[in-house]
Amino acid sequence: MTVTITVNGADHALDVDPATPLLYVLRDDLELNGAKYGCGLGQCGACTVHIDGKPAFSCLTPVGAVAGRRIRTVEGLGSAEAPGLLQRAFETEQAAQCGYCIAGMLMRAQALLDRNPDPDDAQIRAHMQTNLCRCGTHMRILRAIRRAVAMRKGVQAAQEMRP
Amino acid sequence: MNQIPSPLSRRGFLTGGALVVSFALAPRAFAQLAGGGEGGAGPAVVAPDLKGSLKSAPWLDAWIRIDADGRATVFTGKVELGQGIRTALIQVAAEELDIPPTTVTLVTADTGRTPDEGLTAGSHSMQDSGTAIQNAAANVHLLLAAEAARDWGIPAEQVTSGGDGRLRAPDGRTLSYGEVAARLSLHVQAVPDAPLRKPADYRTLGRALPRVDIPAKLTGGAAYLHDMRLPGMLHARVVRGPSVGTGLQSPDLDTVARMPGVVKIVRQGGFLAVVAERQWTAIQALRHLQRAAYARAAQPPLPADGSGDAVAATLKALPARDIAIMDTSEPAGPAVRSVKARYTRPWISHGSIGPSCAIAQYVDGTMTVWTHSQGTFDVRRVVAELVGLPPEKVHAIHAEGAGCYGQNGADDVAADAAVIARAVPERPIRLQWMREQEFGWEPLGPGMMTELEAELGADNRIVSWRHAVWSNPHNNRPVGAGGVLAGNEADPPFPAPEGKPIPMPEGDGSRNSNPLYSFANTHVVYHFLKDMPARVSALRSLGAHLNVFSIESMLDELAAAAGIDPLAIRLDHMRDERAREVMQAAADRFGWPTRTRGDGRRGCGMAFARYKNLGAYCAVAMEVEIDRETGRTMVRRAVAAVDCGQPANPDGVRNQIEGALVQSLSWTGREAVRFAADRRASFDWSSYPILRFDDVPGSVEVVVMDRPGAPFLGTAEAAQGPSAAALANAIADATGVRLRDMPLSPDRLKAALGPV
Repeated sequence: MTVTITVNGADHALDVDPATPLLYVLRDDLELNGAKYGCGLGQCGACTVHIDGKPAFSCLTPVGAVAGRRIRTVEGLGSAEAPGLLQRAFETEQAAQCGYCIAGMLMRAQALLDRNPDPDDAQIRAHMQTNLCRCGTHMRILRAIRRAVAMRKGVQAAQEMRP
Repeated sequence: MNQIPSPLSRRGFLTGGALVVSFALAPRAFAQLAGGGEGGAGPAVVAPDLKGSLKSAPWLDAWIRIDADGRATVFTGKVELGQGIRTALIQVAAEELDIPPTTVTLVTADTGRTPDEGLTAGSHSMQDSGTAIQNAAANVHLLLAAEAARDWGIPAEQVTSGGDGRLRAPDGRTLSYGEVAARLSLHVQAVPDAPLRKPADYRTLGRALPRVDIPAKLTGGAAYLHDMRLPGMLHARVVRGPSVGTGLQSPDLDTVARMPGVVKIVRQGGFLAVVAERQWTAIQALRHLQRAAYARAAQPPLPADGSGDAVAATLKALPARDIAIMDTSEPAGPAVRSVKARYTRPWISHGSIGPSCAIAQYVDGTMTVWTHSQGTFDVRRVVAELVGLPPEKVHAIHAEGAGCYGQNGADDVAADAAVIARAVPERPIRLQWMREQEFGWEPLGPGMMTELEAELGADNRIVSWRHAVWSNPHNNRPVGAGGVLAGNEADPPFPAPEGKPIPMPEGDGSRNSNPLYSFANTHVVYHFLKDMPARVSALRSLGAHLNVFSIESMLDELAAAAGIDPLAIRLDHMRDERAREVMQAAADRFGWPTRTRGDGRRGCGMAFARYKNLGAYCAVAMEVEIDRETGRTMVRRAVAAVDCGQPANPDGVRNQIEGALVQSLSWTGREAVRFAADRRASFDWSSYPILRFDDVPGSVEVVVMDRPGAPFLGTAEAAQGPSAAALANAIADATGVRLRDMPLSPDRLKAALGPV
């Protein structure tokens, strides 16, 4: 059966079982590496993507349920050549060790910043609670999110200063 | 395939010849084993005068190639595990070649291309490979300078380089590395004394260069083995019972065979796997087969679940072989105070965030395996024996996986994939384990216990110290087919080899049981337990986690009994100047003298170890706050100081120590694998919770000691033990309650604190 999904602004008509979790469609059909298989249970967040702007576990989401909805993956935030602001903040803080969790961390954090551009530390920690990291990179991830907040303010301040 | 001449055939020739130097004859300084003594015997030492892994691979072209355009390709037998080694080794090579790091390409472990450096384990990569590449690059620079000097007719000492890939004569003439290298053969053996660049002149080494692997990891680039997509690739799932030692009874193969998209069911002896065109089909087939009942074969009982007493009872019931680790006696005054205590650690999961994965392809009699194992060359040996091929017909290539922190499922899944590929030739087979399979089948970090007894004299000197440790072998790394699950399931099975201890100075269960402190009358014994109630193997830092926890807890117990400051009792018994400086640096940055004193709710603790007494020095201090209602411990702030010799990349060192500290807080404060009577009962993140964002410290600060030009000391595991003990010591300082059984969980602390 054909399911049409919209990923990072592009439409894809796919001949798949609509019960297939979105994760496998992203990885195997669209060949997007960002969302990772971690648990298949919604317990670790490695597969996090945005569906209509909200963070979601792609491992638990049947592709048939997201037809026509806006899906965004870490590839939609930017590329290695042109990274987005949050990706730049992670790069500056070197916020990765093995990095397997990081694409999910980025998507989770981006959802917070889209909703609340100036979260405090407690809000960041509470929001990130769903995502697991085993290397212990948490401190750097927190610093990177705070840096992204500051960078955004800096960009805004710079724009406001322009004549 | 690459066009470089294979260094392998040459090494084979050498190791078969008269140049082989028996390891037993090597002086003690060489007794540091490839990969920390884990895995197999490691490559033979053929050039004992050389440094690092050059001892076993002395030919320069095994390590470095300079292309005509001046770019360098550097080969290492070590692999990127997320520890940042790729960037650090590039920095080492760039520094000694004196070229920009952007012109260095690093090739990591590949049985067809790189030297065999044993396992990437035991915090050995900088010591083994970093040292080898540093010296090989210095050799290459020496040869390039000599060749340019010959061309110019000047003495070689007058040739200089400026970090831009050109050699310079005093009169201003220059030659590019590429031009000079084209006239040279690097197929020469390294000399031991090639001059190294002076630390004051460093351009690349010691700088916090951004890691080369991070951009792809932030943007969905192809960063992992899991991301490889080969033409015609099929997806497989392997089918077993819920945990090691269990089997499914009559799984419904008929239904699965009829499922559209299922290509093949592979059944050989006790091995069962399903292969499909699509990944989701393979998973659905697996789920259907898993509906069958399971049974556990007759085996020794699984470990008892729960308390420290249960861990101790399980271990003490096993037959032990006693190994003397340390025995010193010297005159000391009479004891006025004595403290005796038992410490335990339960079985711990590696808990990789990404379940293990491998790709295998069998074409024209050759098996290619892409693996994220820490032992790429061991994967070749295992697969060759398992599928009945000569080793030269197995090509194992490392590709990155999720962090493993020791032997997780990586080796098993590589073997599984190879068995499937042998049965389904031509097409690449991608096999990934499911979450519950990783939890159920991977080797665990062994449960352990120690008993310590120490005595203080009237002058607050320790007059006797006894340390006994009980442990299974931590080194069950597969070196043949019997070491992997698929081998045990073959018909006839390859039997699992008997576990053996790693000898000191590295040790396994005994690792770091020999205190670096100077105590009078020190007696340390390792009760080695070869019979394993649960499948176990290496977990980051091996026995050092519990041994350091025990030693450093005991020091605080003594200090508390005698009213001595915890820092003072450590400094009073430490003669190693670098150890003293690391402790002092952590204490200074932490503000130890003015720290919050234990008040029932808040308190501070510190701990120290030099990893294996051979690697990096690490001291940790932390401040905790206890919620007495719930028993929850919040680490307000932590400071670590580390001396790893010359840091190749200080930010890489900070990242490793920060991560190790947080991971150790999770192990020590939260984690224990649960067991039911017939299976492991931890199979997901709710039955095996680890630290989440709400529980990580308020802040972590890492002081990296400046040791210009000092030899590299392994760092990656150095913080596991000190962080664990600092947590226990801080909790004791805050509450007056000493927790000796891991995990130091909220439930246990609340029970120990009693009614609020």
